[in-house]
Amino acid sequence: MADSGTRRPPVLAVDTATDACSVAAGAGGAEAWRHAVAPRGHAARVLAMIDEVLAELGVQVADLGGVAWCHGPGAFTGVRIAAGVAQGIAWAHRLPVIGVSTLAVLAQGAHRRFGATRVRVAMDARMGEVYWGEYALEEASALMRATAADRVCRPEAVPEAGAGEAWGGVGTGWGAYGEILAARCPGPERLDPEALPDARDLIPLARERLERGDVVAARDAVPVYLRDRVTG
Amino acid sequence: MRVLGIETSCDETGVAVYDGDTGLLAHAVHSQVDLHATYGGVVPELASRDHVRRVLPLTEQVLAEAGLEREALDAVAYTRGPGLVGALLVGASVARSLAWARGLPALGVHHMEAHLLAPLLEDDPPAFPFVALLISGGHTLLVQVAGVGRYRALGESVDDAVGEAFDKTAKLLDLPYPGGPQLERLAAEGAPDRYRFPRPMTDRPGLDFSFSGLKTFTRNLVRDAGDEPGARADIARGFQDAVADTLAIKCRRALQHTGAQRLVVAGGVSANRALRRRIDAVAAELGATVHYPRPALCTDNGAMIAYCGYRRLAAGERGDIAFDVTARWPLETLREPG
Repeated sequence: MADSGTRRPPVLAVDTATDACSVAAGAGGAEAWRHAVAPRGHAARVLAMIDEVLAELGVQVADLGGVAWCHGPGAFTGVRIAAGVAQGIAWAHRLPVIGVSTLAVLAQGAHRRFGATRVRVAMDARMGEVYWGEYALEEASALMRATAADRVCRPEAVPEAGAGEAWGGVGTGWGAYGEILAARCPGPERLDPEALPDARDLIPLARERLERGDVVAARDAVPVYLRDRVTG
Repeated sequence: MRVLGIETSCDETGVAVYDGDTGLLAHAVHSQVDLHATYGGVVPELASRDHVRRVLPLTEQVLAEAGLEREALDAVAYTRGPGLVGALLVGASVARSLAWARGLPALGVHHMEAHLLAPLLEDDPPAFPFVALLISGGHTLLVQVAGVGRYRALGESVDDAVGEAFDKTAKLLDLPYPGGPQLERLAAEGAPDRYRFPRPMTDRPGLDFSFSGLKTFTRNLVRDAGDEPGARADIARGFQDAVADTLAIKCRRALQHTGAQRLVVAGGVSANRALRRRIDAVAAELGATVHYPRPALCTDNGAMIAYCGYRRLAAGERGDIAFDVTARWPLETLREPG
């Protein structure tokens, strides 16, 4: 985790897209973090958690290199709380914003926690659908990259897994629609149907984006819902 | 103290900067009317999705109009409720986080308190005490106002809010959404005495309102009138006169009951000219003055939030970094600032 040469400014990472309320900060990887499962408690907790994380690192908001957040998919209201928090903090100090897919963060977490190199992410999207993402490790960067576009679909409609490399399945969709998904994608090497995104896994993904200049201004930090049909 | 005010309680994004020394510096509102028109009413999820794209661009716009940098802000106020929870959370999240990041005080304010204080932004503000009639798509409320934070509810609608009654009646008359202003235009062409609507709850004491019966009354008239030319305008006129009379009768009672000499009328429906004429006439009979905010501040806006926030922030009130919003928030639970 040691940085060579001049210390890069740390990135703040915020996620409230699911039942988890998760915050982390760090220059290379996550160096301080807070994580709580707090359904409907995000607004009450998120700023205090950010306050604690920055205090632990001994940095001020103005010292940050950028603000990263899970831009969705996820619970609409939760995704917007993170959007508001990222917008507000970044705007206050003219910081760049990095929005990252919640599914990418779950995949990155699977790599961190059990070394997965291929991951099929399924989040329960309610209404008989899942948010679905397919990710594979890029060895050089140690980052999980999407091998297909994130989507929302019925579990019966996820792409079938062919025989070949070992892979893991993570996310609440594997709990809600385990049998249907297993019929489409049999034989995961490892399954974690309770996995929730962790802001620690946002840091490396956001860091790389920040270095590439793949960022937006606070005013342009808007959610990616995937589910865009929300009226009858 | 320069206060940024952010309003996102329903279908309008409003942002403003109010300066305690020099007054309102700038304000801007983005209306979502077109977004919801297809559905004939506000779709909460669409409202929230729009707010999250609008708050900061509007903030940048008002700061530019005020000739201020973002560093010049001293405090942030936002609407905490009542309103649509998802929509409120957008403004609250941005406002509270922005304030935290700069170490500024922040406060979640009451949407209806902000409405009833809005006339205090005008050049000839009403002195306390006064009676306030708050009329909008979501609210119909008569309040006795002794001072900031000193409110006693006198009456409210037991069913539809008056703006809601306008919109629903307009729909029955095949007018496009939002029907209130359209209905007012149609009513201007109608005959005043052809249809006599009831004046609900005026035949008994009390200051509560009920408007849902007018909708049913309208439905029957529309059915009976068939395709007769001119009938719709006459029905619109009858409906609007009934609403104006009913509100005016209750205002008269409220002024008499409280002995107040001043009446504040605020909220989106207070832009209705026929209604203003009736209320002005009643107040004149009693020797009372009527105070309306300018039209742009009758509907939801950020200026009233910035001002209301200023009154309380300047008295030392502070919101916690654990923020929240609320769909329901009785006005009477508010206290004096400080």
